[in-house]
Amino acid sequence: MKKKSKKEDVKLKFNSSWEYAPAPESKDHVKINSSYDLFINGKFTAPDSGKYFDTINPATETKIAKVADANEKDVDKAVKAARNAYDNVWSKMPAKERGKYIYRIARVMQERARELAVIESMDGGKAIRESRDIDIPLAAAHFFYYAGWADKIDYAVPGSKSRSLGVAGQIIPWNFPLLMAAWKIAPALAAGNTVVLKPAETTPLTALKLAEIIQEADLPPGVVNIITGAGATGAALVNHPGIDKIAFTGSTDVGKIIQKSIAGTGKKYTLELGGKAANIIFEDAAIDQAVEGIVNGIFFNQGHVCCAGSRLFVQESVMDTVVRKLKDRMETLIVGDPLDKNTDIGAINSKEQLGKIKQYLKIGVNEGGEMYQSSCALPSKGFWCRPTLFTNVSQSSRIVTEEIFGPVLGIQSFRTVEEAIEKANNIPYGLSGGVWTDKGSKIFKVTSQLRAGVIWANTYNKFDPTSPFGGYKESGVGREGGLHGLMPYLELV
Amino acid sequence: MKNDSEMDSTEKQKTKTLNGVQSNGQDSKGKRIDVLKTYKIYIDGKFPRTESGRYYVLKNKDGDILANVCQSSRKDFRDAVVAARKAQHPWASRSAYNKGQILYRIAEMLEGRKAQFISELSDQGLSMAAASSEVAQSIDRLVYYAGWSDKYQQVYSSVNPVESSHFNFSVPEPTGVVSILSPENYGLIGLVSTIAPAIVGGNTVVALSSSAKPLCAVTFAEVLHSSDLPAGVVNILTGHRSELLSHFSNHMDVNACIYTGDNAADIKKIQENASLNVKRPLIYSKDNWMDDSSQSPHRIMDLQEIKTTWHPIGQ
Repeated sequence: MKKKSKKEDVKLKFNSSWEYAPAPESKDHVKINSSYDLFINGKFTAPDSGKYFDTINPATETKIAKVADANEKDVDKAVKAARNAYDNVWSKMPAKERGKYIYRIARVMQERARELAVIESMDGGKAIRESRDIDIPLAAAHFFYYAGWADKIDYAVPGSKSRSLGVAGQIIPWNFPLLMAAWKIAPALAAGNTVVLKPAETTPLTALKLAEIIQEADLPPGVVNIITGAGATGAALVNHPGIDKIAFTGSTDVGKIIQKSIAGTGKKYTLELGGKAANIIFEDAAIDQAVEGIVNGIFFNQGHVCCAGSRLFVQESVMDTVVRKLKDRMETLIVGDPLDKNTDIGAINSKEQLGKIKQYLKIGVNEGGEMYQSSCALPSKGFWCRPTLFTNVSQSSRIVTEEIFGPVLGIQSFRTVEEAIEKANNIPYGLSGGVWTDKGSKIFKVTSQLRAGVIWANTYNKFDPTSPFGGYKESGVGREGGLHGLMPYLELV
Repeated sequence: MKNDSEMDSTEKQKTKTLNGVQSNGQDSKGKRIDVLKTYKIYIDGKFPRTESGRYYVLKNKDGDILANVCQSSRKDFRDAVVAARKAQHPWASRSAYNKGQILYRIAEMLEGRKAQFISELSDQGLSMAAASSEVAQSIDRLVYYAGWSDKYQQVYSSVNPVESSHFNFSVPEPTGVVSILSPENYGLIGLVSTIAPAIVGGNTVVALSSSAKPLCAVTFAEVLHSSDLPAGVVNILTGHRSELLSHFSNHMDVNACIYTGDNAADIKKIQENASLNVKRPLIYSKDNWMDDSSQSPHRIMDLQEIKTTWHPIGQ
């Protein structure tokens, strides 16, 4: 199938004329210990379990460091430290002083941005261009934004007094490790809560670096605790009776388990779950710009993005043009060393995730989808997936109804605005969406009818600390970012 | 108008027949016999009996039968959800002004039928004073939420000063279809207090009345029916909470479930069931429904989702 489509299309040979010399980011200035303990009550503490696990570089499959595996006793210790800090220090501190601590975190993160970016790319496989220009600056910006809210909470809830909740247990995914830590910790602290955070087991390093930064900022012990481990650690945190609020970002399946397991406990929760976003291209869109948006929508961060534009809807009249241009553009994408500044698509985060993606590629082909992959060379070691698209898929195909979390795009066509909206909404997810047209009134017709929490018009995958993010339907509950992101960390009195 | 006059003639016909019966009765002075009301449920703008054919007997404190009340089934609930889903988008698309006027209209209709509600509440055990204050508060609460119709969006929306060149704004939108287990201890105010904030925000609802005090719920449906509220926006069932609680909370096409009360096992059940489709479970345990503290724009926002839109500037 791949060969056939190559013959039919006239192609520019981008690869032969655009050779890039390697441009690797240096690792010299980065300090990584060989072993990391748990960050509890302001100190790095050996785990009660005595166990450690390896975190590897998915681009080379080599071990970077070993990291403590927190068990129930460790979780209990962390929650108690957070409770103590909440009761005796953080909730009693004047709000403006709390804010100044959060500002400090933002500033130190900016100072150490380059180191953080390199570690993020080493540990998670994402292209340095993205960790350097997006993840780390946005993470610092989140702290800076919410720092200012600390002494202005009364303005956040109109007509009512509010107060902090207590101890927040926070569980974050591996796709934007430091950024997700910032999304969770910054609003929680600004609203006056203390925190126990668990990073994902494949990407714990930047969270542990953040622990160092928190030490450097001299935050009172116990206000932020960072414990590493896998699913069992997360479950222990969710089920700990000393937690007042759970904030979770991850899959819808796990989100449902969490929602069920805290039923009847009175714990509050925010869930930021899966997605299968529609990216809708109308015939009157600026097509070249739209193609860039499609690429950014699905191949950004190897497609490991909950709001990825993984379902492409193209108006029938421009279908052939869009698909041809998209295939041409995919040929130019550079897949390889995450630390190389020219790399567009880095390594798949883990062997497990690569297996899942490959499984879906098989399902797509077996269901009758027509698969196209770029012809780029892949490194011999590490976990890689070529940018992939499927045509000839139907509304019920699994590859366009289930979240793949990889660089895999399913393309469908439509004729009318109404058809596009109906197809886009025909899914249990509702996190995000995109619309491409030069007609302003059409933008608003579509954006107002898509049942999703974030809609991008003539752009995609843009984020900002002031901009609320979160899902409708099975994509989650609550918002993170902006004014609305404070609410989940407050209760009305 | 034509329908009205037809209804008039039907009414006349009924009265005539009853008078005829009466004239054959024992009371030679011709004392009129009351026309009793059949209390039915309200689905998709119609008043069917429960499909199950089941009923329960409601008595006053003297043991007299007040009504044979429909004991609604899971199937009734599912039918009502279909109606609510169908009505949701058109209802949400009505202008805020229009929705506000319809809520206000409901208050007007309720005001006009105060006497009937007071009598039903007192039949179900309330003192006249308590009944009349519950009805008055219900009317006022509808007016309160009618007024929020075109205002809560302004209070809870934001324009977000993002770094890139985009006009970025966040607005509330309705969560969707809401199931409501209305308060057991109130016949009217509980129902009004849970339905009004849901529909003023563009949601559609399926509500279960108090099983001990169901009469006003049915009569309230008649009020809704004469207030230009489109069919399916509010659906009201009577029956037993214990039987329907699971269905109200586990239906996959319901987006939020309101529970009123403080039964720990019920609350746990609802929250567990909600996880099946990441439903929003809302637990109102501490309300004194007669008090103004039970009304708030936050109750509207409990049933709203925030949508953020990024619109390009200068392209």
